[in-house]
Amino acid sequence: MLTPLTVVLTVAALALAAWCGWAAYRDQPTKDWHFIGMAVVTLLALVQLAVGIVRLARGADPAEGTAIFVAYMAAVVACVPVVGLISLTERTKWGSLTVVAGAVVLAVLQARLHDIWGGGNGG
Amino acid sequence: MAEPAPSTDTGPPRERRGGIGTGPGTLLLTLYGIFTVGAASRSIVQLSTRFDEAPLAYLLSALAALVYAFITVSLVRGGERARRAAFGCCCAELLGVLTVGTWTLLTPSAFPDATVWSDYGMGYLFIPVILPVTGMLWLRRSRRGHS
Repeated sequence: MLTPLTVVLTVAALALAAWCGWAAYRDQPTKDWHFIGMAVVTLLALVQLAVGIVRLARGADPAEGTAIFVAYMAAVVACVPVVGLISLTERTKWGSLTVVAGAVVLAVLQARLHDIWGGGNGG
Repeated sequence: MAEPAPSTDTGPPRERRGGIGTGPGTLLLTLYGIFTVGAASRSIVQLSTRFDEAPLAYLLSALAALVYAFITVSLVRGGERARRAAFGCCCAELLGVLTVGTWTLLTPSAFPDATVWSDYGMGYLFIPVILPVTGMLWLRRSRRGHS
C-alpha cells in the first residue's frame, strides 16, 4: 500500500504507547495532551483508510483478499478511540496502560496490513 | 443501570461488586476484548472460506474465541459469580494454550494452518499464555475485597 504512511502510523502509535506508558509509570491517568496524541493517531488511521479505499476503488487487489484488508483497516481506525474512551472511565494509571495496549495493537496491525496488501511481492 | 443518576457525578458510574472490571481489571478487560475480536474474526473468516484446509486448527480458533468472549463478558458484568466463571475460563484457557501449544510442537502435521494457541501463542507475542496467568492472579486477588 502506501508504505511511508504505514511507517508513519506505526511510529506514531509506538510513540503514543511510549508516552502513555510514561504516564502510567508516573502513576498518572491520561490527560488532555494524551487525547490530542490519540486524535492525531486516529486521524492518520482515517487517512490510511481513505487511501486504502481509493486504491481498492482503482482496482488494486490485496494479496490476502479485499475483505480481510478492509476489516484490518477498520480495526486500525477503531482501536485507539476505543482505548481512549476506556481510559476516560478509568482515571488511574491502568487507564494509561490500556491506551498503551491499544497503541501497540495498532502497530502490530500495521505490520499485518502490510503483509495483507503486498504479500511477498513488496507491492 | 437502574440508578437515579446523580447529575454531579463525574466519576466512574458505580463500584461494581468485586470490582473485577476496574483498575488493573480494565487493562485485562481490554486485552481480552482485543483477543475476542481477533480470534473471532479470524475463525469466522477461516471457517467460512477454507474450512477444509485445516478443520482442527480453525475449530480450535473458534473455541478460543468463545472462551475469550466469555471471560470478557464476565469481566464486564462483575460480581462473585462472574468472577468464578471467569476464573474457571482462565484455567480452561491456560489448559488450552498449553495443550494446543504442545500438540503443535509434537505433531505439526495436524495443523496445516496456525491457531491463536499454536506454539504457545508465539505468533501473538506469547500473550495467550501470559493473559490467563495474570487473569487468574487478578481474579484471586480481587476476591479479597481489594479495590
